[in-house]
Amino acid sequence: MVYKKIAAALRQARRAAAVTVSLTVLSMSAMADGQVLRIAMTASDIPLTTGQPDSGFEGYRFLGYTVYDALINWDLSSADEISGLTPGLAESWEVDEEDTRVWTFTLRQGVSFHDGSEWNADAAIWNLDKVYDEDSPQFDARQAGNVRGRIPAMDQYEKVDDHTIRFTTREPDAWFPYQLTFLLFSSPAQWEALGGDWDAFAREPSGTGPFRLTRLVPRERAVLEPNADYWDADRVPRIERIELIPMPESSTRTSALLSDQVDWIETPAPDAIPRMQSRGMTITSNPYPHTWPYQFSMLEGSPWRDINVRKAANLAVDREGLEALLGGLMVPAAGIVTPDHPWYGEPEFETRYDPEEAMRLLAESGYGPDNPVEIKVLISTSGSGQMQPLAMNEYIQQNLAEVGIALDFEVLDWESLFPNWRRGAEDPSSRGAHATNITFGWLDPFAAFYRFMHSSMAPPNGFNWGYMDDPEYDRLLDEARVTFDQEAQDAILAEFHTRMVDDAAWLWVAHDVGPRAMQPRVKGFVQAKNWFQDLTPVYIEE
Amino acid sequence: MSTYFLKRILYVVPITLAVSFFCFSLVHLSPGDPMDAVVSADAPREVVAMVERAYGFDRPLPEQFALWVSRALQGDLGLSAANGRAVTTEVFAALKNTLLLALAASLIGFTLGCTFGLLAGYWQGSLLDRLVTGFAVGGVSVPHYWLGMLLVIVFSVELNWLPSSGAGPGSSNDWAFEWAYLRHLILPAVTLSVIPMGVVTRTVRAMVAEILAHEFVEALRAKGLAEKRVFLHVVKNVAPTALAVMGLQLGYLLGGSILVETVFSWPGTGLLLNNAIFQRDLPILQGTILVLALFFVLLNLIVDLAQARLDPRIQRS
Repeated sequence: MVYKKIAAALRQARRAAAVTVSLTVLSMSAMADGQVLRIAMTASDIPLTTGQPDSGFEGYRFLGYTVYDALINWDLSSADEISGLTPGLAESWEVDEEDTRVWTFTLRQGVSFHDGSEWNADAAIWNLDKVYDEDSPQFDARQAGNVRGRIPAMDQYEKVDDHTIRFTTREPDAWFPYQLTFLLFSSPAQWEALGGDWDAFAREPSGTGPFRLTRLVPRERAVLEPNADYWDADRVPRIERIELIPMPESSTRTSALLSDQVDWIETPAPDAIPRMQSRGMTITSNPYPHTWPYQFSMLEGSPWRDINVRKAANLAVDREGLEALLGGLMVPAAGIVTPDHPWYGEPEFETRYDPEEAMRLLAESGYGPDNPVEIKVLISTSGSGQMQPLAMNEYIQQNLAEVGIALDFEVLDWESLFPNWRRGAEDPSSRGAHATNITFGWLDPFAAFYRFMHSSMAPPNGFNWGYMDDPEYDRLLDEARVTFDQEAQDAILAEFHTRMVDDAAWLWVAHDVGPRAMQPRVKGFVQAKNWFQDLTPVYIEE
Repeated sequence: MSTYFLKRILYVVPITLAVSFFCFSLVHLSPGDPMDAVVSADAPREVVAMVERAYGFDRPLPEQFALWVSRALQGDLGLSAANGRAVTTEVFAALKNTLLLALAASLIGFTLGCTFGLLAGYWQGSLLDRLVTGFAVGGVSVPHYWLGMLLVIVFSVELNWLPSSGAGPGSSNDWAFEWAYLRHLILPAVTLSVIPMGVVTRTVRAMVAEILAHEFVEALRAKGLAEKRVFLHVVKNVAPTALAVMGLQLGYLLGGSILVETVFSWPGTGLLLNNAIFQRDLPILQGTILVLALFFVLLNLIVDLAQARLDPRIQRS
C-alpha cells in the first residue's frame, strides 16, 4: 500500500517536472526569438494591406509606410524638429512657373518592388488608375475610398517618359506635395501574377517599402520582415521581424505588455502609466500635429458669435490642471498649431488661465455667474485621438461654470459624432449644439486650416462645421494656397493663424503627445513629432 | 415519435425566416452609416457615391434584403464593409474560435454546476449547501468582464502564469491542442463558465430537492435500496432538465461572449460583433447575428430532440 502511494507520488512528480521542462522550453524559445518586435495596435483589425490602408493614420503608420512608399515621404528621423517632407519614390519635383497647376515629378531609378519588378512611370500611372480610373481593370473601390479624399487637388496625370510623370491639379495648389504623401504604390507585376485579385494581393502584397509583409491572419496578426534591398540604405530595418497585433481595448493592451505578451503598445491608458513605469517599461511621448478643441458654431443665435464669450472660454480653462489630470500626457494648446511651429505667428491674445479676465469679458457682454451663457456641446465617450473625452470635458465644464459659462453636453458615441462633423451645426443630428469636440491631425495647411476655416468648406463640402465665414480668413488661405515659395507661404499661414488666435476662433485645449509604452529591451526608437513613425531603426537589445 | 421530430424540425423554417428578417431590419434601424466603415470621413461626395454603388448600399432596402436572403441561401453573406473580405469566411473563422471557447466554458460550467447542485441538493440546509448556493448566486451575479479583468491582473500581470490575450502564440489558424495554445484558453473559459455554472448549480439543486421529496424516493428507501442507488435515480430524473438548461446556456455563451472575448482579445464572434458594431460594418453584423441565431435555433432543436429521447413524457405531451 505504502509502495503504491510512493509510486503514485513519483509519477506525479515526473508529470510536474515534464510540465516545468516544457514551460522552460517555451520561455527559452521566446528568448531565442530575440529580434521579434510584437506591437499591439489600437485598431480592431489589420489595416488594409493592398497599398492604401484604412484605419486612419494608424493604418498608414503600420501597414502604409512600412510596406510601401509614396512619391514624397515624411522625414521621421528627428524627435526635435518638426517633420518635413523628403523625396520618396520621386527624386525631385517642380511646379511649372507658367501654369502652376502643372507639376513634374522625376522618379527615382533603380528601385524594385518586393517581387523584383521595376518601379517606373508605367507602374506609377498604373497605380493612379488603380484609384482614379473606374474603368481600369485594376480599379479598387476600397483603395480609392481610402485615398481620394486625401488628395483633393488631383485632376489629371500622365507619363512623360519612363522616369517622369506629370500631374495637373484642379486649381493652383501649393499644398499638393503634402497630399501626395498619402498615395502609396503597389506592384502591378504582383497583382498580375496573382490573377488580378486584390484579395489575393492583400495576403501577398508587394510594395517598395523597407518591410515586406510575410504573413497575414485577418483580425489577428500581420508579420513584417525586412526588405534587405530597400533603396534607402540608411533605412534598412534592424529588427528581424515585426508582429502587428490588433488590440482595441486599452486595458487588454496594458495587460498584454505587463505580462510580456507584447513588446510595444500604442496609446496606453494614462492611469496605467505609473504602474508600467514602476515595472520598468519605457514610456515615449512627443507632441505631434494633433489638436483637441471645441469648434464653434457661428450660426445665428450661437453665443460664440460674441468674441468676449470666445475669449472668456479660452481664458477659463485651466490647462495645467488638465495636464495633471492626464498624468502629464498632453501639451496645453494655444492655437491650432503649437507655438514652435512656423505657422503659429505672433498673436496678441494670450491663451492662458485667467478666470478674472474671463469674468470681466463676460460681464462686458452682460453675462455672469447669475446669468450664465448657456452652451450645448457635442462630445463623444471615446474615439480615435479624442484622448479622455469624458474626464476632460467634465473638467472644462467645471472650469467654465466658475466664470459663468454653463455647458450642457450632448454625449454621442464616436461613430455618431464623427459623421456629424461633415453635416454641420445646422443638421438635425447636431441637436442644436453650439460646438463640437472632435480632435484632428494637422499635417498640412489644408488639414490644419483650410477645411475648417474657409467659407467654401461649409457642409457638405468640408469640415467647416460651424459655418465660419470670414472674408479675411478666405483671402489669406487662398493666397497661401497659391504661394509656392515655402517661406512666403509659411509667413502667410502665420498671419492667418495670428488672426485666428486673436479672434479666439475656437476653444483650444490640448495637443496629444502620442504616448507609447514598451519593454525596456526595445531600443532605437525615435518618436518623431508626427502621426507616422519610422520602425526601421528599432531593435531588441539581447 | 417521428411526427414529433418532423414537427419540431419544420418549426425551424419560419423561425429562420423571421430571424433573418429581424437581423436585417434591426441592423438597418440602428443609427450610423455603413459608408463610414468604407470611406474616410474626408472623402468627397462623388467618392462616397462611387463606393456606395460598388457595395450596393444605394439600392432600396427591400431590394437589399431580397438580395441578401437569396445570396445567404447559397451560403454567401456578402462582403464586409470594413475590410472587403467575405462575411461567410470571417464569421465561420470566428465561430470556430467561439465554439472552442463556449464548449470549454460549458464543460467547466456543466461539470462544476452539476456536481455542486447535486451535493447542495442532496445535503440541503447543510453548511455545504449554503456555501454552494452563495457561490452560485455569486456566479450568476458577477459581471463577466470584471471577473475577466480581475483574473488577468492576478494570473497574467502579477503571477505571470497565463497569457492575458489572444488565441495562441501564433494565431487561431495554427490552433493545436498543446499547452502553448491551451494556456490561452484557460482564463477566458473560466471567466465565461461562471454564469452557466451558477445557473446549472441552482437548477440542479432545486430539482434534486424536489425529487427527493417525491414519494417514489421514500418507496425506494423503504424497499431497502442502497443510498447510492437512490442517488442514481435522482440523477436520472435531473438529467433532462440539466441538459436543457445547459443547451440554452451554450447558446447564450455563443452569443453572449462579446465582453469576455473583447477583454481577452479572443478572436471569436463576440469580438467580431463588437468591432462590427463600432465600425458600422452592417454585412458582418447581419451575417454574424444570423449565423449565431441559426446556431441557437439548431441547438434548441437538438436539445428538444435529446430531451424527448431521454424523457418519453415530452413526446406524449
